[in-house]
Amino acid sequence: MSDFDDLYRDVILDHAKRPRNRGRPPTANRAATGDNPTCGDNCTVHLRLGDDGRVAAIGFEGSGCAISQASASIMTTQAKGKSPAELEAAFGHLKDILASGKTPADFDELSAFAGVHAFPARVKCATLPWHTALEALKQPDQPAQMVEGQKS
Amino acid sequence: MSADFSAARADFPALHQTVHRKPLIYLDNAATTHKPRVVIDALTRFYERDNSNVHRGLHALSMRATDSYEAARARAAAFLNAADPAEIIFTRGTTESVNLVAQSWCAQNLRPGDVVLATEMEHHSNLVPWQVAARRAGARLRFVPIAGDDAEHGLDLDALDRLLTPQVKLFAFTHISNTLGTINPAAELCARARKVGALTVVDAAQSAGHEPLDVRAMGCDFLAFSGHKMAGPTGIGVLYGRRALLDALDPWQTGGGIVANVTYEGATWKPSPERHEAGTPNIADAVALHAAMDYLDALGRPALAAHDHALAAQATAALADIPGLRIIGPRPGSPRAGLVSFALTDAHAHDVVTFADQDGIALRGGHHCNQPLMRKLGLPSTVRASFYLYNTEADITALATSLRRIQKFFGG
Ligand SMILES: Cc1ncc(COP(=O)(O)O)c(C=O)c1O
Repeated sequence: MSDFDDLYRDVILDHAKRPRNRGRPPTANRAATGDNPTCGDNCTVHLRLGDDGRVAAIGFEGSGCAISQASASIMTTQAKGKSPAELEAAFGHLKDILASGKTPADFDELSAFAGVHAFPARVKCATLPWHTALEALKQPDQPAQMVEGQKS
Repeated sequence: MSADFSAARADFPALHQTVHRKPLIYLDNAATTHKPRVVIDALTRFYERDNSNVHRGLHALSMRATDSYEAARARAAAFLNAADPAEIIFTRGTTESVNLVAQSWCAQNLRPGDVVLATEMEHHSNLVPWQVAARRAGARLRFVPIAGDDAEHGLDLDALDRLLTPQVKLFAFTHISNTLGTINPAAELCARARKVGALTVVDAAQSAGHEPLDVRAMGCDFLAFSGHKMAGPTGIGVLYGRRALLDALDPWQTGGGIVANVTYEGATWKPSPERHEAGTPNIADAVALHAAMDYLDALGRPALAAHDHALAAQATAALADIPGLRIIGPRPGSPRAGLVSFALTDAHAHDVVTFADQDGIALRGGHHCNQPLMRKLGLPSTVRASFYLYNTEADITALATSLRRIQKFFGG
């Protein structure tokens, strides 16, 4: 497999072309926006942190390359039901995969990002949505409308 | 018919390599061009034979270095058809040249209520220095709009006449847009500015190595360019300024080399050009830039320009019918510099660049240091293919083939 095919594995292309959880869930009570000024990638993550301290709903908006879009999509599928600490731990796994280029057997879709390791300039494309989600979790609880109002 | 420069390919050592096991096709010339052997040799020869400091020594090497450095200045004056070598200030490049005017001229001359006029298509290097200078002086910065989407991405010249009020003290504009490929009518813009008494600053970063330049025919007051975008080395560029303006300008950096007489209390300045070149200048790269200017003139700059324009026309034609590909900038048939920016519906610019790189094709993707322009065009980023004398129609065919595969890969 060439570096290139390894970068754009089927899982990544699938999520990039058909992103899951795009848009703002109506119940969202937290949001954050991040960008990579050098690429022009930007990402807004909206989520609802439930009373049980777990992510009850999550969605994302923004534009960017296939890597950043796939990463945002996969991040949202992984985040549901997780506590902030668990999401942080999952991000830790992703960072290990990006740093080593190794594919652990049991980290499901995150392993697809192993190929990004060979393209150092693209690593921040993969991490942007995760940074943004963790930033959103740190925001104070806000009524849904206020979050909407901030978006513009 | 455009001139055939395919023999000149042999002059550029860096072109003859493989990338990802494919022959390199270098289409990122608006960022920087490759250097011919004569330029690399000039640089090496200077360090191997003439290396010494300028203006300060009486020994043989110092005199040789001074002569070579001043010959480069005279060569740059001739390259621009400037009246006097003292009108050439060596800088690090376009960015530093613009900053020199923005800091020195603006600090001395700009007053609250004055206007600096720029255009909506400026590179950050010909935008941010004016923002800072205008803010410092309490002056306003205004922009000549680009004509609407379905026009040709040229400047709106009717708006220009409305914007050129007597408050405008300085009009800074790019000769060629590094993102759109638009060639602005520089002489006409300078003439209109002169009518209201505004000075003009021309960003010639994208034109100096591509189009014939004549500052007297153009009628500009200042003009800036970079050596590395015209077959010369990095780290050297030029600010042209009319002699009277440069001699009236305080130095923007001070220290050795620029002073006539120094006491513990103060100093007086030498005339231009020395007063604007504090410290030891970039002697070796100026000497190598001399070789680059000789090289370009030997090929013939009108022929180089024709070659660029022909490649741009071939590229817009070859790319036009790729599904989902939108070309930005002048419409087919309108003047276009040797570059083409485009966006693909299904593939982000960075994915395109990564894919093309696997085919050995060097492109650039992003905002091209034109963030406000990209926002105006409603595009987060574009891909840019930019040409130089060593590019051929075969390079464009390879680009189109690669782009069709990219479209298939990411589309649907
Ligand atoms: C139109 C234009 N202006 C200014 C610059 C800045 O040139 P430099 O980085 O050599 O100072 C560039 C280069 O990217 C350019 O394309």
